[in-house]
Amino acid sequence: MTSMTKPADAVRARQVLEAASAGPSHKLMTAADAVRRFVEDDFVVAVGGTNHARTPMALLWEILRQGRTGLSLSRPLTCYESELFIAHGAADRVITSWVGIGHGWGLAKVLREYVEQGRATYEEWSHLGLGLRYKAGAMGMPFLPTLSMMGSDLATTLGVRTTECPYTGQTLQAMPSLNPDVALIHVQRADIHGNAQIDGYELMDADVARAAQRLIISAEEIVPTESFRRDPSRTLIPGFAVDAVVEQPFGSYPHECYGRYDSDHEAFSDYVEEVRSGGSQGARSYVDSVLDAHPDFESYLGSIGEHRLKELRELAEGMMPK
Amino acid sequence: MTDMDALPDEIMTITASRILDNGKVMFAGIGQPLLAAALARRRQAPDLTVILEGGMVGIQLEPGQFPASTNEMRAAVGAEMITNASDIFMMAQRGLFDYGFLGVAQIDAYGNVNTSIIGDPKQPDVRLPGPGGGNDIISMCNETLIVTNHEPRRFVEKVDFVTSPGYLSGGTARADAGLIFGGPSWVVTDLALMDFDPKSHRMRLHSLQSGVSIEQVQVATGFELLVPEQVPTLAPVTIEELKQLRVLTGHGADA
Repeated sequence: MTSMTKPADAVRARQVLEAASAGPSHKLMTAADAVRRFVEDDFVVAVGGTNHARTPMALLWEILRQGRTGLSLSRPLTCYESELFIAHGAADRVITSWVGIGHGWGLAKVLREYVEQGRATYEEWSHLGLGLRYKAGAMGMPFLPTLSMMGSDLATTLGVRTTECPYTGQTLQAMPSLNPDVALIHVQRADIHGNAQIDGYELMDADVARAAQRLIISAEEIVPTESFRRDPSRTLIPGFAVDAVVEQPFGSYPHECYGRYDSDHEAFSDYVEEVRSGGSQGARSYVDSVLDAHPDFESYLGSIGEHRLKELRELAEGMMPK
Repeated sequence: MTDMDALPDEIMTITASRILDNGKVMFAGIGQPLLAAALARRRQAPDLTVILEGGMVGIQLEPGQFPASTNEMRAAVGAEMITNASDIFMMAQRGLFDYGFLGVAQIDAYGNVNTSIIGDPKQPDVRLPGPGGGNDIISMCNETLIVTNHEPRRFVEKVDFVTSPGYLSGGTARADAGLIFGGPSWVVTDLALMDFDPKSHRMRLHSLQSGVSIEQVQVATGFELLVPEQVPTLAPVTIEELKQLRVLTGHGADA
């Protein structure tokens, strides 16, 4: 049975937040520093974006590089980043509604093998179920009522309970809050204080940012705060919720970043091919080869080459509404 | 080109597209649902609004440009609105979406869907991808269409795991569990169109695909289907429908 990770205690989550001293207002730092300071072993790590959209790859690779273990990853739909963590021994639990490489690349074979052998846990929620866990966490409330997951084996397996509306008596699923220990969110632009804007689809990231106990933002570009003042309704994440800001162009590569670059489908295929020929050992070798060859994400991007990155940028720019 | 050329997937997509009425709102997924929606929009339902779980509302469906994910630029550019991924499901919970659309690994006699586990949940033989948006869609949309190949291994008396609830054990079980709205309305396959008995909520043969017999359908179903006295045959796929579909998939010349 896959019971859920302990439901967040909303009162405790707030106390921890209140007790944390306010850091410096200038939060720009390297990915290495951000991960060193804010990501610890055994954390629940909320991964921003979903599937192959705005995955915080630079931050994720840095966590792998620094050798954290015992992590749980939460994300509405997971792509192969969860497999990299499972195969490398960094994580042993995925909290999600879907695992796969994406349509056209088939099932997530490594995760599937680990779960089937009982070596990793797939904590399986509905899509909105996880969304409401974040939202409750973001609201400072212990649960939210919903119709999601009612009557399903998802609810019984996890031990999600029902509650009764005190006014009408309607039976509802009570979705427990989630306050991830740390969240990683990649955005198109941020300022040095952590104010951040997301273009295209926010997905669940505004809630993730508010729910998390610590928050690392990576951004395609760092902009002056003045540019936010001109269009403040587009700012989704307030700087005071942010602990670290990392400037990282192509920070989601090989996944996509709306308006900036398309996914590199060839890179997906390279990974899938490693797994096809070598199974989970193939996935492990894939992670090791990247970590051995590259001291940081910039070096990794260098190996992809400017020409390829430019192509992906042009593909995205070509798709934007004229 | 005649209707004999249509592949099973094309027959299912076209059958599903015919069900979609103009002016309605449809929660779609990648692949067949999007193709069915795009085809309906080019035929009887030009004002069908298509929703994706990434938060996109009123997406454009350009031939040969179909997205590989519900959360990518190809799915978003040209949308009328983009909201967040929880909000989009809460709109379904509010009752704003007419149609949901699901694929299945397993479906049972009461329309329960499994996309999680084959075998014993405690020790799964096969770990499948999970619900994605499926559990929310079938729990919240006003009605849900299920589209799948008709094979005995998919049509089982009882699913190994209820990922996305249909009518549970039948009768009033769905409502008793708190799911007082929606439910599976149609099951579209390459052999037939099924619905559910309004009282027992057991799956019922509604009509046959062209050239298919009741016996063929029953052989391909791993449980006893309800069979009414009259079982009509669906109109065959037309050349026009097939041409339009193949333009959308990029496998035909633009007409």
